[in-house]
Formats: sequence, structure tokens, C-alpha cells
Amino acid sequence: MIKYTLRRILLMIPVIIGITFLVHFILMISPGDPAQMIVGPEATLEDIEMKRHELGLDQPQVVQYLKYMWNALHGDFGTSWFQSFNVMTEFSHRLPYTLRLGFLAIIWAVALGIPLGVISAVRHNTIVDYALTVLSLILVSAPAFWIGMMYQVFFSLNLRWLPASGASTWRHYILPALSLGGGVFATNCRTTRTWLLDTLRSDFVRTARAKGNKEVTVVFKHALRNSLLPIITQIGVNFSIIMGGSVITETVYAFPGIGSYLINAVKAKDVPIVMASILVVAVIVGITNLVVDLMYAVVDPRVQLGGK
Amino acid sequence: MENLLEIKDLNVIYKTDEAIVHALNGFTLSVKKGETLGLVGETGAGKTTMCLSTLRLLPDQVGEVVSGSIKYRNIDILKASKKEMLKLRGAEISMIFQDPMSGLNPVMRVGDQIKEVLNLHFPDMSPKDKDARVDEVLTLVGITPERKDQFPHQFSGGMKQRVVIAMALVAEPKLLLADEPTTALDVTIQAQILALMRELKEKFDSAMVLVTHDLGIVAEFCESVAVAYAGEIVESGTIEQVFARDKNHPYTKGLFNCIPDLTSTAPRLTPIPGYMANPRDLPKGCKFANRCAHCTEKCMAAVPEMQEVAPGHFIKCNLFEKGASGQ
Ligand SMILES: Nc1ncnc2c1ncn2[C@@H]1O[C@H](COP(=O)(O)OP(=O)(O)OP(=O)(O)O)[C@@H](O)[C@H]1O
Ligand SMILES: [Mg+2]
Repeated sequence: MIKYTLRRILLMIPVIIGITFLVHFILMISPGDPAQMIVGPEATLEDIEMKRHELGLDQPQVVQYLKYMWNALHGDFGTSWFQSFNVMTEFSHRLPYTLRLGFLAIIWAVALGIPLGVISAVRHNTIVDYALTVLSLILVSAPAFWIGMMYQVFFSLNLRWLPASGASTWRHYILPALSLGGGVFATNCRTTRTWLLDTLRSDFVRTARAKGNKEVTVVFKHALRNSLLPIITQIGVNFSIIMGGSVITETVYAFPGIGSYLINAVKAKDVPIVMASILVVAVIVGITNLVVDLMYAVVDPRVQLGGK
Repeated sequence: MENLLEIKDLNVIYKTDEAIVHALNGFTLSVKKGETLGLVGETGAGKTTMCLSTLRLLPDQVGEVVSGSIKYRNIDILKASKKEMLKLRGAEISMIFQDPMSGLNPVMRVGDQIKEVLNLHFPDMSPKDKDARVDEVLTLVGITPERKDQFPHQFSGGMKQRVVIAMALVAEPKLLLADEPTTALDVTIQAQILALMRELKEKFDSAMVLVTHDLGIVAEFCESVAVAYAGEIVESGTIEQVFARDKNHPYTKGLFNCIPDLTSTAPRLTPIPGYMANPRDLPKGCKFANRCAHCTEKCMAAVPEMQEVAPGHFIKCNLFEKGASGQ
């Protein structure tokens, strides 16, 4: 198990290098010169050239990338090109907001999505099941920004229950967490239903019933335990979706996390910020995937980690 | 002797998206105390459906008992409360399912799966006694008790089947429904497992319905036999009566002709021509009529009556009508 974990962590390194390199490459070849944007429309060609040199933009992309990674390895994530503050400092302020919001979103999406999925499966083809299906469908298919705005209109503007933007009190977290977790809640609910229904029809569940088990025991002790593998995978995927979704949600709610920070940086081509955000997201997603794989071995005795 | 299980005129349907499948059509069968009854019939005849109906485990929202009755001792199974059924399942009536490979919970230790039955039906037993009992029953089926902490995937198919049998017998049920318990196994193991089941059954004085396709197994292990065809029993009697091959339903006769006979000079087997009636669209009369050499107008018009051709030997065929000459 320890050997497997170490190997997986080592494997994360090439993945992270690949992702960051790709993002850096795309940023560099996409149109728009950050140096020109920084010095402004009135600047002379020399000014621009000087700025380019200062930012290292006159060097080949690979060299720039290697320099960035070298510095990052030494804990130096650079300074924002546009606002000239230290990326690291800014991150240490913003990351907690994003993490808190993400966790809140996942927690409610899992804590409600999975039990409701169980109910949907056990009561399949009843009103409850149909209602949950419709709700899930709406939450999955409606665009995240639209849902976010609808919540603002309804809960903030009309009902005046909750603040529509910012992050100064815990009440500010409710609406963003609600809209960020919506899609994930719906997928959790649906996949749990599907997997559990499938398991409930399998032979060993019938055996469990034939032994004289109560239906509750059949569902929770026998069926759910066996559906846990795909459900855990699903929760792992949740993290990636939430990290991606936070960009939109944080923008809609003017939430001071790294999602909103990232989107502005991409628009401005503020390379150090984009790179740092990508690094953080890649590491978080990589770690959750590892945790998910380790969980498999805990949940299912058939899973042997580590191979030979 | 008194009947332990009495199924009368049972009609069961499966409601699928495309059609209604008439799985059991006037299925009538009784099992005496301590008796071993062989239930034979080709695939789709409704053998599994009968077992599931008896435990009231037909698939939810799909399978449905339309009419008829099932009586176990003096309990009306179809009217029993959920709680009563929970007490019957596993303790009084247990079932060995058709596919042993998928019948065990993959994430539960084998010993725990057997012990679960004890936990359910013998709550007063001490944990130590339960463990001892699990060891005992595992030894009985030929598995060393040390292996009880392993998971099903660490067992071979034959061993899984033994575990399933141990699980079905640990509570010493009065009635065992064994649905093709050996079909998935190779021939040598088959004989072993069947011998084992007979031994255990005798030890616990249980009655058993042994579902099989194999008339050889029936002849060797059962006291009586019932032949199912398209959801009804077309012939039943003791082994001696049916295997005498004196008076048989034309379908049973067909089954016998499908067994290779080493002493016979006949060059090849004679399979029954045609296919079983479509359970989605059953004929009005005798369901075997379209494959039967003796079919008459009368057979097509209405389902034949059950005829008692000898005490305890029943055949559902117009050929054996009272006053008719037989054949
Ligand atoms: N869940 C189901 N949904 C729809 N039809 C079903 C279902 N289960 C069984 N049937 C149908 O009911 C009929 C009887 O099936 P059953 O499983 O009882 O046959 P069987 O005698 O056990 O056959 P086999 O020897 O192959 O096990 C068949 O026509 C089958 O297709
Ligand atoms: Mg069957």
C-alpha cells in the first residue's frame, strides 16, 4: 500500500508537467501580447520591447516554461504582471476561500445526492423517483451561471434572505455552494440510483433476501456496499468538476477565490497567475484521484493495489 | 403423508415492457415432508419462477402472482405478512439459486455470510456457538473452517457452490428449493455435491425440490418426480411410476427419448420436434399440442384435465381420460 502510494505520487509528476506545459504553450501561442497590454496603447515600440525583455517574453516558450518551473520548485511563483503583487501571497489569501466553498459544495452534494439516489432506487418508478429525476435533469442541464443568477434573483433580490455576492460571512457561502454543488448533486443522485438498482437486481442480493434479511438490511448492508466502488469514483470526479465549476460560480458571486482570479488572469494573459492556479488545481485533482484509488482497496477486497 | 408444500393452480406473469409473459399457468404441485422431489422441464418451463413464488421473491414490479394458492404447512404464503415471510425465508424454506457463481456477496467474508443466517434466525445463540456452528457446517460441506475468513473470489466455483449449500442448510430448513444446484459444475463434482446434499438433507430431515434438466439425476436422487411444461405440471408421480415408461405424458416420453440408451440399437436420439409454446402468446388448449404426435381437435380446444392413471401418478393428457383406452 505504501509502495503503491509512493509510486502514484511519483506518477503525478509527469502528469503535472504535462498539464502545466500544455497550458503555458497555449497561453504563449494564443494571440495578444501581454507586454503591449501592460504598457498601454500609447507606448512606443521600444517600451514594448523593453517590457517583453523584462518579462522574458523574448525567449523561446520552452525556456520560459523551464525558468518558471525552476522558480516554482524553489517556492517562487513570481509576481503578477499586471498588478505587481506576489502570486504566492495572493494565493494564500484566496485559496482558503475556494477550498471552503468547494468542500461545502461537495459535502452537500454527497450528503444529499447519495441518500436521495438510494431512495430513488428503492422506490424506483414511483412519484418520488420521478420528482428526483426531473430535479436532477434540471440541475444537470441548466448552465451553471444561469442557475447562479436565478438563485441571486430569487433568494437575494426577491426574498432578501441571503447576500448575493462577496464572502465576508458564512451566509455569503450558502448561495455559491448551492449553485456550485447543484450539478454534482444531480449526478451523484442519478449514478447512485443507477448503480444501486443494478446491484439490487443481482443474484447475491436475491440470496440476501432469501436468507430472511429485512429490506433495509438488504439495501444498506448488501447492495449499497457493492455499489460503493462506482459511487466513490463518482465522488472523485466531483472534485474535478467542482474545481472547474468554481471559476464560473466565483465570477457570478464575485467570490474572492482562485476561480475568479484565474478567469481574470486568463483574459489578461497574466501568465504567473494562470500557471500557479493550474498547478494548484492539478495537484488537488491528482491527490483526490489517488485517495479514490486507495479507497477502492478499503471498500472492495477484490482490489489488490500495487500489482506485482 | 402430510403435504409440506402445496401449490394449487398458480398463475404467475412477468410484466415486461414489450409483453406479458405467462410464466406459470395453473401450476399445481405438492411436496411431502422429508420427500425429495425432482422437478424437470426444459428451459423456460417456469421452474425457477415456482421456487421464487414460494419464497415470495419474484422480481419487484415485474413478477406478479395472478391467482392460485401456495400453502406451506398451514401458512398461506400469498397472504402471509412481510414479517411472517422473513421468518420463513432461510429458516423454514431455503433456496439454492441457479447460478452459484454470483450468489455470494463479493465483499463479505464467506463465514460471515453463513453466520448471517444464524444471526437472523437464532438471535439467542451465543456468538461462540454461532462460530462453532459455522465451522461445523463448513466441515460438513468439505471446506476447512480456516477458510471462512476469505472472500468469495478466492474460492473456486465448486467451493462456492458448497458454501451456498452450507448457507442454505445451516438453519436446518424444513424445505430446500435447489434450483439446478449442480448445472454450473463439472460432472465429477456434480455427483459429489448431490451426494452431499442428499446426506445433509437426510441428516436434517428436510424435504427438497431438486430442479434439474437431467433425468439421470432424478432417477438417482429423487423419490418422486414432476414434469413441468410451459408453466404447468404435465405429469407427476413416484420415480417407479414415471420411469416405468409404461404410462407417460407424450412430453415425458419425448424427454426419455432424448437420453442416450447404450443398450438400445436405435441409431440416434430422437429430439422432440418444434419449440415450447411462446409464453407471451399461449395457445388455448394443451400447450404441448403443436409438438405432439397424438394431438386431436379436443387437445386444441381446451386445456386437458389432470388424470390419475394410478394412485399418486398424474398425467395431464386427453390420452388418459377415464374410459379412453390409453395407449
Ligand atoms: N424477470 C423476468 N422478466 C420477464 N420474463 C421472465 C423473467 N424471469 C423469467 N421470465 C420468463 O418466464 C418464463 C419462465 O422462466 P423460468 O426462469 O421460471 O424458467 P426455468 O424453468 O427456470 O428455465 P431454466 O431451466 O432455463 O432455468 C420464461 O419464459 C422466462 O423467459
Ligand atoms: Mg431456472
